[in-house]
Amino acid sequence: MASRARTIGLGARLAGASALGLVAALTLGPLVALALRAEPGRGLGPAEWSALRFTLVQALVSATVSVALAVPAARALARRRFAGRALMVTLLGAPFLLPAIVAVFGLVAIWGRAGLVSGVLAPLGLGPLDIYGLPGVVLAHVFFNLPLVTRLLLQGWAAIPAEQFRLAAQLGFAPRDVLFQIEAPMLRAVLPGAFTLVFLLCMTSFAVALTLGGGPRATTIEVAIYQAIRFDFDLSRAAWLALIQFGLCTVVALTALRLAADAGFGDGFGAAQRRWDADRPGLRVLDAAALVALALFLGLPLGAVLVAGVPGLAALPASVWSAAALSLGVALASTALAVTLGLGLAVRIDAARARGRGRATEAFGLVGLAASPFVIGAGLFIVLHPIADPFALAAPVTAAVNAVMALPFVLRSLLPALTEARSVDGRLADSLGMRGVARFRLVVWPRLRRPAGFATGLAAALGMGDLGVIALFAPPDVATLPLLMQRLMAAYRMEAAAGAALVLVTLTMALFLVFDRWGRGRVAA
Amino acid sequence: MLKSLSTAAALALGFGPADAQGPPELVIYTYESFVSEWGPGPAIAATFEETCGCTVRFVGAGDGAALLGRLRLEGARSDADIVLGLDTNLTAEATATGLFAPHGVAAPALDLPVAWDDPVFLPYDWGYFAFVYDSALLAAPPRSFEELIASDISIVIHDPRSSTPGLGLLMWVKTAYGDRALEIWEGLAPRIVTVTPGWSEAYGLFLNGEVDMALAYTTSPAYHLIAEEDDTKRAALFDEGHYLQIEVAGITAASDQPELARAFLDFMLTDGFQGQIPTTNWMYPARTPADGLPEGFATLAVPETWLLLSADAAREGRDAALDEWLRALAR
Repeated sequence: MASRARTIGLGARLAGASALGLVAALTLGPLVALALRAEPGRGLGPAEWSALRFTLVQALVSATVSVALAVPAARALARRRFAGRALMVTLLGAPFLLPAIVAVFGLVAIWGRAGLVSGVLAPLGLGPLDIYGLPGVVLAHVFFNLPLVTRLLLQGWAAIPAEQFRLAAQLGFAPRDVLFQIEAPMLRAVLPGAFTLVFLLCMTSFAVALTLGGGPRATTIEVAIYQAIRFDFDLSRAAWLALIQFGLCTVVALTALRLAADAGFGDGFGAAQRRWDADRPGLRVLDAAALVALALFLGLPLGAVLVAGVPGLAALPASVWSAAALSLGVALASTALAVTLGLGLAVRIDAARARGRGRATEAFGLVGLAASPFVIGAGLFIVLHPIADPFALAAPVTAAVNAVMALPFVLRSLLPALTEARSVDGRLADSLGMRGVARFRLVVWPRLRRPAGFATGLAAALGMGDLGVIALFAPPDVATLPLLMQRLMAAYRMEAAAGAALVLVTLTMALFLVFDRWGRGRVAA
Repeated sequence: MLKSLSTAAALALGFGPADAQGPPELVIYTYESFVSEWGPGPAIAATFEETCGCTVRFVGAGDGAALLGRLRLEGARSDADIVLGLDTNLTAEATATGLFAPHGVAAPALDLPVAWDDPVFLPYDWGYFAFVYDSALLAAPPRSFEELIASDISIVIHDPRSSTPGLGLLMWVKTAYGDRALEIWEGLAPRIVTVTPGWSEAYGLFLNGEVDMALAYTTSPAYHLIAEEDDTKRAALFDEGHYLQIEVAGITAASDQPELARAFLDFMLTDGFQGQIPTTNWMYPARTPADGLPEGFATLAVPETWLLLSADAAREGRDAALDEWLRALAR
């Protein structure tokens, strides 16, 4: 035990503790501030309970569908090599990084009443499609999260040592044997965490649910919180709703993580995987179908965003570039913070895992996602306003909040790699007395680099797109790209807004790409 | 980024702008689109600064109800001298908070359809809510809510809980139909493709052709006409009459610049302010400027009747109207 404890350096322990502190301060702190400031309100009524029900149902359906569809998609990507594969893996990062409103317009261009699919159906006497309601909400959430889960699963597949597939082939394993003996344990290790992540993301959905939900029957808790704060100024109701949302998310996160098992594949020599088991015509057709479906499902709405944005580029105001620079600065600051804190927290959780604990800390690191941005914004405002000008703090506060929001993704990516490094090489490193920097560089880093690149890319990109906090804080001359987009739209300038959206998406993707590529090195993912 | 970080550092060290010597500062809370570079804010601030010996700082703080919520969060400690951007559906509640002081302007000369006697808030622009359509795509727009219900036309509206125009539509139906409002909403439900959180999503869906009509103003087509030279966008006139939105400003009770704030409200009703309104806020100015309205405004459809609840009636009726709306659309 003593030697185990010593393997966690002081720096990592400090980062881990600050991560926990920052998550608590930025998620629970605002809630407490709101509750303390609140006067007795009208409490929760039937409208709030029905919002709660809808939120849970749509989040469960969205997470289940995203995860279920990601398995065949990721499996096809994992066992096939084809031209354009690297590009496809990269583009998987795109939907998730779109600001909600951009994605909604992209989806409507394909699936809407006047969309591409309705247009194809019309000559057949069918349609138009009506997605508004639960289907629309789930569609949007799957569009956002399916590629994210696919990436996470792909990492799971990549972590299986190539020797296992070689051995399976020598033993004459049929595809279903490979599925049950090799792939199923990996899925069991990765899926619960991925499911939790998607579930939490869908729980706090606001703009998507409101725009594609078709009406007040699709009200989420987040909308109810918004109404309580902005419309009724009933802070106590907002605090109650936020607490319920938080509690629900914690319960689901803990339950799902309890189901997760450590995979423990044992070691390999890091050779490229070759899949003898998948070398059958039937499977090839199946995988091709999965890949084409995935490419169309993600590519068409993205294409629509591109087509809508190009004409708007000419109409862009000069302020787009200063907005882009501010977005970039906030994103990079929050990335540095998220990755430092995430790594510290991951090391701490991994050390606890070695003793069979750490689930609670892990869940805590995830529930940053369950915190309502409106509650964070209002709560921080209450706390900051007496001591400082919240406007002056817009950029650093946004960076800190974005970092906490990105932390779950960093954790989700880094933890499996850390655990694997410990279970595979840990004892050898212990017996060699390797500690500190040398241990990190030689044992941990080679396994960490790829997920670290992905996580850094995600954190950076997430920081680009966030609007919630900056909208409450930003003075008019400080506009990030998403805020500029909102302003253009409010001024009837939809075309220029589409252009700004394109700049935002391109910059976000570029940022993600730089880090992700760096993580993958010269090896294809 | 660097600028705000260094401001933050300066504040942390206790060298905030409050300590700086210089002209007094007038702080105005308003909505985002007013202060953006396409809104009236920048030009208005520049004109007022020429004569006031002060600096004007606009603060974008969300629309309507959110502005008021923001002020309530800050209470008496607020920096705001003026809040600009509430409408008559909110003024009664705003007055009741005690956070606003009387404007003290005796008999403002205004060009509003209604007489104005609010001692706390003064109007700066107004407009009629209306459904906007594309005349190239929709040849026969409905002439009433009942014709709309009987048609197969699709519309998009805003959620009254998150959008000021959304709340306006709620009041429109309630004022026009009273006890029949629930029935009207139930009839409208199949026509409503979706309910958006705010203006951008709804107007975007309309321009993308996803719906036939969107909730906006009779003055919205002026933007397309003047800025884009596109005369296909029109507002559908309804026989029931159109609900008015009158946007107002008021002085905060806690203002440390009450004289300056009063001077701004006087300035607000002069041409230097009002002349900016038509082609930046795309609304009717509260007092028509000496040069009249821009050319395109003459071609706009003008409703024969207007509807408006008194501020008190709007405040009292709001929750019941919202419950009705939820009941009709939540099924």
